[in-house]
Amino acid sequence: MALPLGLNRTWAYRRFIFGSVGQELRARYAGSLLGGLWVLLQPLALIVIYSVIFSSIMRPGLPDETRPFAYTVYLCSGLLLWMFFVELLTRSTGIFVQNGSLLKKVNFPRLALPIIALLSALLNYAVIMGVFFVLLVIVGFLPGVVALSALPIIAIAAGFAIGLGLACATINVYYRDVEQFIGIITQLWFWLTPIVYPVTIVPERFHGFLMWNPIAPLVEAMHAIFMEGRAPIWSSLTAPAVTALVSLVLGAWVYFRLGSDMTDEF
Amino acid sequence: MSSDEVQQPALGAVALNGIGKAYRLYDKKWGRAAEWLGAKDQHHLHWVLRDISLQVSPGEAIGIIGENGAGKSTLLKLITGVSRPSAGHIALGGQVSALLELGIGFNDMFTGRQNALDMLRLTGASDADAPALIEDIQAFADLGEYFEFPVRTYSSGMQCRLAFATATAVRPDVLIVDEALAVGDVFFQQRCFDRIQGFRESGTTLLFVSHSVSAVYALCDRAVLLRDGGIVADGEPRTVIDLYNAQVVAKTSGQGLTVIAETQPAAAVSEDGTEEPTTPNKAGTAGTSELTPGSYLEGSVCLASVRVSQFGTAASAVIADKPMEVCAKFSFTTTLADVHAGMQVRDARGDVIYRSHTHGLGHPLGDVCTADRLEVCFQFEARLLPGDYTLTIGMGAGGKPGGSLESSLLRHQDIASFSVIRSPDDDFWDGRVNLQPKVTHRREAAEVPPE
Repeated sequence: MALPLGLNRTWAYRRFIFGSVGQELRARYAGSLLGGLWVLLQPLALIVIYSVIFSSIMRPGLPDETRPFAYTVYLCSGLLLWMFFVELLTRSTGIFVQNGSLLKKVNFPRLALPIIALLSALLNYAVIMGVFFVLLVIVGFLPGVVALSALPIIAIAAGFAIGLGLACATINVYYRDVEQFIGIITQLWFWLTPIVYPVTIVPERFHGFLMWNPIAPLVEAMHAIFMEGRAPIWSSLTAPAVTALVSLVLGAWVYFRLGSDMTDEF
Repeated sequence: MSSDEVQQPALGAVALNGIGKAYRLYDKKWGRAAEWLGAKDQHHLHWVLRDISLQVSPGEAIGIIGENGAGKSTLLKLITGVSRPSAGHIALGGQVSALLELGIGFNDMFTGRQNALDMLRLTGASDADAPALIEDIQAFADLGEYFEFPVRTYSSGMQCRLAFATATAVRPDVLIVDEALAVGDVFFQQRCFDRIQGFRESGTTLLFVSHSVSAVYALCDRAVLLRDGGIVADGEPRTVIDLYNAQVVAKTSGQGLTVIAETQPAAAVSEDGTEEPTTPNKAGTAGTSELTPGSYLEGSVCLASVRVSQFGTAASAVIADKPMEVCAKFSFTTTLADVHAGMQVRDARGDVIYRSHTHGLGHPLGDVCTADRLEVCFQFEARLLPGDYTLTIGMGAGGKPGGSLESSLLRHQDIASFSVIRSPDDDFWDGRVNLQPKVTHRREAAEVPPE
């Protein structure tokens, strides 16, 4: 199909994409003293805050857990995935508007932009996960090879975020409300996902409702890996995987349907 | 934009067939969303370009001129591919490099070097070539230590230099430049021109938008005049620019001026009949025979004759640096207050060598009545390089402080021509202005003669 900005053309711009990912990392901390450290300090602060506040409140929530730092590990395994998801979603939602001045001056495949967002979010996540693994070793929660089953979970989260993000990014060009809307939605969404609390404290009758949230099974799967050291129940990931696929198709459809004249809006 | 043409055009060729661009305007904010959801059309189309067809051969240099809002920048955006045409078809051959508006989407936080590298990657330059290209960009942009500073610390001129240096680091097959040379000092502009000229000699096609008419003269061998989204003239730069200038005057001067778009017999000029139309002697004295593009007239005043003379006789060739005279006879059909006659001398390329009028020269002609005749003579020394020149004669009214006129009434573009020849006993000089320097010198003899 002769898509105007097809993927083959995007591949021809791989050098730009990889170069931009590197610059993005530098840009984020350009002009700051601590530089790359901020990649870690920000999630670290959240983890410490949540750990301190919730570990005492939530202790009854993790009833069979007597190990020290159990709550922190529980929190991190879910929170880090969530932060990756939200970062990717919000970044890609704003990606066309933020690069408007570039888009209206240079002819290049626009799809390179969400790909840059994806790669740099993945890179960030990898760094943070590295630190998380150090923590796991220290507190004795290291899951072993089973940790590899996190990869498909991350892939599903990434697909979901980028698909939804691409659709939002395209609509955001015409209606900037989307950006604001996503900001609020993700706040709400966070508390509807069992990240700081275990599913067990939610009344039974709401469980079905909770699992409508495609991120919840993903977070639960992470909990299984890092708390119990076992592979997730793969069937529980069917719904999120389908959601991710649908969102990718939706994103591509919206983009190709509505995005072709977006430079007229800048 | 799409590279899936059935027939790939030749390197450097640009073919526009029936290009149009319309923006969708929505009366209601929700109109667009309603359309997405299947409602019937909520928008109306605002056409900024319509039915543009233009064939550019490889190596041609085309200047696109027109007033603000004529659609020049939109046209370049369509050709570059950042915006999609609403109608028609664009075919481009080879690698295109474009400088649209100022800057080329730099990231403010990064240094000039990083931005240059980023842009090179965007144009698909390989990593192997990059270091040499960066060095070239650094040398050409000549930003000194600023090359290592974030772009946000740059002045607009510096951004422009970096943008131009980056966009032209690799010779493209088609170079598109939109107003980018307006900023920057004269030395940098000169270097830009040199680089563009070099590209052209190597076969690069140039599409150039500028408000600077002299840049179009210098760089382009063809010009296109856009007006209200359509092409109104396409041809030699000189003719097209003359027409453009006349349109600008007609617009600012207000009511009633008729702009001549195509060469036509000047029947109206000597309609009073009593004045014998001077023999249209081709090059030479007066030839009030034709109205060339860029002329305009209004009806209240007629140019009856123009005469170029030297040593008291009509002359088609004058001797350089000797006194010469240009006389123009006007007749009037209404009463006019404070009229002024103007004269312009242009060289063979169409560049204005000199222009002024009786108001600017402090010689008021006073008021005129119906059926008055007026002869105005300009006497000056022909301090011109040998070559061919044309004369443009005009008339306006209402001198304003500062030397300009309130209204233009008539202009006869290139109404007469003359050549300048150099007498062998004159000084030799070259350039634009004969500065007639007085030369002095002083020698200090060496105290010890060399052995």
